[in-house]
Amino acid sequence: MPETKKFLYVNRKAPYGTIYALEALEVVLIGAAFEQDVSLAFLDDGVYQITKGQDTKGIGMKNFSPTYKALGDYDVNKIYVEQESLDARGLTLDDLLPLTWEDEDDDWAEKDSIKVISAAEMAKIMEQSDVVFSF
Amino acid sequence: MSQLHTVNKSPLERNTLESAIIHAIKGNALLMIEDGVYGAMQGTHKSAMVSDAMDNISFYVMGPDLKARGIDEARIIEGIKIVDYSGFVALVAEHDVTQSWL
Repeated sequence: MPETKKFLYVNRKAPYGTIYALEALEVVLIGAAFEQDVSLAFLDDGVYQITKGQDTKGIGMKNFSPTYKALGDYDVNKIYVEQESLDARGLTLDDLLPLTWEDEDDDWAEKDSIKVISAAEMAKIMEQSDVVFSF
Repeated sequence: MSQLHTVNKSPLERNTLESAIIHAIKGNALLMIEDGVYGAMQGTHKSAMVSDAMDNISFYVMGPDLKARGIDEARIIEGIKIVDYSGFVALVAEHDVTQSWL
């Protein structure tokens, strides 16, 4: 049994203006195959990645926001969103995609993946991670 | 000379919008495109900066970029006009100079 490490993917960029958000999502999905302990952090403009209602038909780019809903199926269910970043952008939890996962140890009950936390709590999560990938 | 300023960066990540507003003079137009459209939202830490500049600057925002980012038109700061790609072209044609703030 190889050692399990705590991986944290830090997302700080808006979704379409740069390639960072899409690249991060692809790395997370690839990494999910290696059965590590994975957490995602969304802070600063990164919170814009997981907002509801994205429709990219008018700009000729792929809308990759539905892919975040698949994260739960890959056992990626610790998604931390920073409260201060939402506040600065006039956003609340209601503006975010309802990301969920099914708990096999609890009769496949559907549970929320997103936890809204403070910057101080986010700092602790970062500090407790073995590997941090920042996008 | 009438100028059109375009801003394509999020005001919460860069100071591009702020700098464009500071350097725009009365009668100029400012168009938010790409990630710049986040600057058109109500209730952000940068909304007041935009509202305060409206006496001097006409603000426009790209509709397709708003839609892509899931920003409902109802959440746009009052007074900002939503344009499409042909509206963008019209703005460029109406002004003597276009300055792209990157």
